[in-house]
Amino acid sequence: MPPVTIRGKALIAGAYEHPGRELPDRTLPQIHAEVAAGALADAGLSLSDVDAYYSAGDAPGFGALSMVEYLGLDCSYIDDTETGGSAYLVHAQHAAAAIAAGHVNVALITLAGKPRTGGAGPGGSARFSSAPEASFENQFGMSVPGGYALAAARHMHEFGTTSEQLAEVKVAASTHAQHNPNAFLQDVVTVDEVVSSPMISDPLHRLDCCVITDGGGALVLVSEAVAASLDRHCVPVLGTGTSIKHTSGGRIDLSHTGASRSGPLAFAEAGLTPADIDYVSIYDSFTITVLMTLEDLGFCAKGDGGRFVSDGALQAPGGVLPFNTDGGGLCNNHPANRGGMTKVIEAVRQLRGEAHAAVQVPDCELALAHGTGGSLATRMGSATLVMGRSS
Amino acid sequence: MSELGPSGLPVPTPNPNLETQRFWDATAEDRLELPRCDDCDHVVWYPRERCDQCGSTSLTWFEASGRGTVYSCTVTRRIPGSWRAAAPFVLAYVELDEGPRVVTNIVGCDPETVHIGQPVQAVFDPTPDGPALLRFTPA
Ligand SMILES: [Zn+2]
Repeated sequence: MPPVTIRGKALIAGAYEHPGRELPDRTLPQIHAEVAAGALADAGLSLSDVDAYYSAGDAPGFGALSMVEYLGLDCSYIDDTETGGSAYLVHAQHAAAAIAAGHVNVALITLAGKPRTGGAGPGGSARFSSAPEASFENQFGMSVPGGYALAAARHMHEFGTTSEQLAEVKVAASTHAQHNPNAFLQDVVTVDEVVSSPMISDPLHRLDCCVITDGGGALVLVSEAVAASLDRHCVPVLGTGTSIKHTSGGRIDLSHTGASRSGPLAFAEAGLTPADIDYVSIYDSFTITVLMTLEDLGFCAKGDGGRFVSDGALQAPGGVLPFNTDGGGLCNNHPANRGGMTKVIEAVRQLRGEAHAAVQVPDCELALAHGTGGSLATRMGSATLVMGRSS
Repeated sequence: MSELGPSGLPVPTPNPNLETQRFWDATAEDRLELPRCDDCDHVVWYPRERCDQCGSTSLTWFEASGRGTVYSCTVTRRIPGSWRAAAPFVLAYVELDEGPRVVTNIVGCDPETVHIGQPVQAVFDPTPDGPALLRFTPA
């Protein structure tokens, strides 16, 4: 029996990013509903077509149970998988598998959050305080930037990576964001400006950190039969991979991310290699997140990330590997402190040829989106999606 | 949290449970005790009544040396909330001589001098409720 594959069996028919970055006059369920409507309209579908709903920890109340009711859906398939900012790529993987198995025809994935105006601090979730590791990690002034800084410091120690190399990631993102009228930060910055911005947690400066924004996004995945009935350009999911990397009983390895497992799984399913990819959306909570992820996905050798991102390699459209052409989390948007959703959305824009003309990758046929959830290299959920231009 | 320990850093009270009570009781007496697997010799961190390497539930507590080496460190200079006034402070992973790499602070020194590879020694920073936090100072 040949190996079962989901390659090409599910297609992204709708993708929508909320244009708002500060939404003090909306409730969280409202934002979920707005992005759901946006993605379904993009696909040419309606709420009554949805038979599967996917949400993560940003969904209020009882997650999918609450939101299916609020949205007025009639679902026979739900999934509340929570891996932080990468959850929406995991949802896409699960939706693709459910569609390939014939359980689902139209899957809706939503994300929404208000960390900017809603009063909630970055990243927080009440259930973290009951985690078994909590008393052994939370008593020491651990912060999100601090945790990522520990990985960055170790990377510098092992591989000679520099702050100027990390800054190149932000420079490329800002170069793209100038073309995005919705981007939270639209000014192009230089390496000097990044490394002279205030230090948050050595070696990460303020401009090494992503933005904090309200907003959200949604995706609609459909079966081949549904896709054939739609007028919209549908983007096939070719390969998927998920991994949980953890502290291994205290033997923490700060040098690698979960991408070193999720990436090869996704490439194997797609039957592709990193050299085949025309465009990447890489989760960019911090500049170091991008650099380590690119290494672990195999776009360069381990430890060579700093050299790889220099000299404009990530800048669209002419760089070796154009990335995050919407400006990414570093400049455009990081709704709910969870950047995975917007990574997929911009990859879909690129494959449809609907990115901003200044950053559209010519003949973009194969794209990769990667999500990171949790902390970097210590306890994280990584997810990789490889997508093609058309079915 | 207005309370500061002898190190000058906040000393938020941990939440001991049935699996970790022995660890916290030892810290109150300035001792580092860790669980070691009887079946595969793995020293388990964070403490729990289960070996994450082999699945054994047969573990024995022993007194560790308190010696270690800085595996990674960062000077946190800006942080919101209750730690704001403590900045700049050193957040670190210390690799214990017994194997585990633990989240901690390096105290009792100029934060700018702390570096990866530096030998350090455990100090116990008492919380108001008895258990002490495992921190480290240059050896
Ligand atoms: Zn064992």
